[in-house]
Amino acid sequence: MVGADMSELSGQVAIVTGGASGIGAATVALLAEAGATVVAADIQPAAKDAPGRFFNHDVAAEDSWKALLADVVARDGRLDILVNNAGITGGWGTVESTTVEQWRRIEAVDSEGVFLGCKYAIEGMKKTGPRKPAPKGSIVNVSSVAALIGSAGPTAYCAAKGAVRLLSKSVALYCAEKQYGIRCNSVHPGGVDTPIFNPLWQAVGRDKGKAMLGEHHPIGRIAEPQDLGELILWLASDRSSFVTGAEFVADGGLTSGLTRRGLFGTR
Amino acid sequence: MARVENKVVLISGGASGIGAATARRVIAEGGKAVLADRDAAKGEALAKELGKAVAFVPLDVTDEPAWQKAVTTTVETFGGLHGLLNAAGVGVRNSIEDCSLEEYRRVNDINSMGTFLGCKQAIPAMAKTIKEQGGGGSIVNISSVLGLRGASYAMAYCASKGAVRSLTKNVALHCAQMKYGIRCNSVHPGYIDTPMIAPRLSGTIDNMSGRQWLETLHPLGRLGQAEEVANMILFLLSDESGFSTGSEFVCDGGLTA
Repeated sequence: MVGADMSELSGQVAIVTGGASGIGAATVALLAEAGATVVAADIQPAAKDAPGRFFNHDVAAEDSWKALLADVVARDGRLDILVNNAGITGGWGTVESTTVEQWRRIEAVDSEGVFLGCKYAIEGMKKTGPRKPAPKGSIVNVSSVAALIGSAGPTAYCAAKGAVRLLSKSVALYCAEKQYGIRCNSVHPGGVDTPIFNPLWQAVGRDKGKAMLGEHHPIGRIAEPQDLGELILWLASDRSSFVTGAEFVADGGLTSGLTRRGLFGTR
Repeated sequence: MARVENKVVLISGGASGIGAATARRVIAEGGKAVLADRDAAKGEALAKELGKAVAFVPLDVTDEPAWQKAVTTTVETFGGLHGLLNAAGVGVRNSIEDCSLEEYRRVNDINSMGTFLGCKQAIPAMAKTIKEQGGGGSIVNISSVLGLRGASYAMAYCASKGAVRSLTKNVALHCAQMKYGIRCNSVHPGYIDTPMIAPRLSGTIDNMSGRQWLETLHPLGRLGQAEEVANMILFLLSDESGFSTGSEFVCDGGLTA
């Protein structure tokens, strides 16, 4: 592992939404390895031998957030890290084919879910105790390159990830103004080998699908979940203590400009 | 030469502010404007004042059938649709701690989903008009400087305007790929002296009036005028901007500089 020693996060408590698979599961493992108590909050069950404590959680449901925070505060007495990672693409609807119903579903999970997470996490992060003398915390919101370029996702997904991008800045500035000691940043992955691409894997096979997507990334491959987990771990830890309200792109060069192959999605 | 000669432009939020100012510019440059607004009294009065080149349709931007009707009425009245301005929006102050889920959804429904529905319903009619009549089509979505920068006091608004910024690029690329001849860009105004910011002008912040405080945010030292944003929008609606699509056009007195 790169970037943290075994005890760097010891005593700290983290919640990772969508923690049962993909970027979430990799992040849970890395945070746990760095010594944090980690709650993998997910609507789908975690693998049997997965690290962290599982909590059955629907990010789109406000009551579920209340229950999750109550449980974490009761068991651990504090919250230091929230990774808002859960998300859906909701199919490949264009501006013309997306229905209001589809829009609302994607909005509920990808945008409202992050809003609710930040709102309830701040409450938890403000709680102090004998071993946490001052409020402190780090919120990492997983947005997407779809917030940065229009070709990288379905319409409603682009909109929701664009909302997360700006919401993160507003949260960062608000917490700074209030001197809560809570930082908030957004992460913008390109293609990552996670279940979000299951429909593509099913259509063309996983190896072929990965190669196809990889071709669009200047670096020649899509990311492994750990690639994103490392970035998130860095943002979650005190190593990034002066970093807030900023955008962190990990996309293999996807949004950086033109290559001889052209831009993603245009050829 | 008239810059939007015979172009028909549908304007959400057309009864006041940036929408109304744009309608005036469009008809001054030879185009037709349909004011779509929730405020029927104001919208009808303005349409009457501006004359034959302007019509009014009632519109709640969160209501998809109402958008369908607005588009149909526009085509029936003026024989086609070339431009769409998504100017309707709400400006709300709230923070991550004091915003309820209901409020977050309301702001995002109007500013973000409303813009999506406008694009969705206008695109087929615009594509048809362009195919039959030639010329270029243009969608202009009003985002904000708060779609580019965060604000501690406007969480839900920032989210909704960030959504519009990203959505615009997706729409632009979809239309380009489909070869519809429709461009789509976002405009990012600073604080413009319109009814939307009226509630922000009173009161006191840091020993300044609300107006003075907002003025000092802009390096130019004043609020923007709706006409100044309308001039940018007119350029984007016209074929003068024919190679611009999926881009961000800032009109903010230097605020984000």
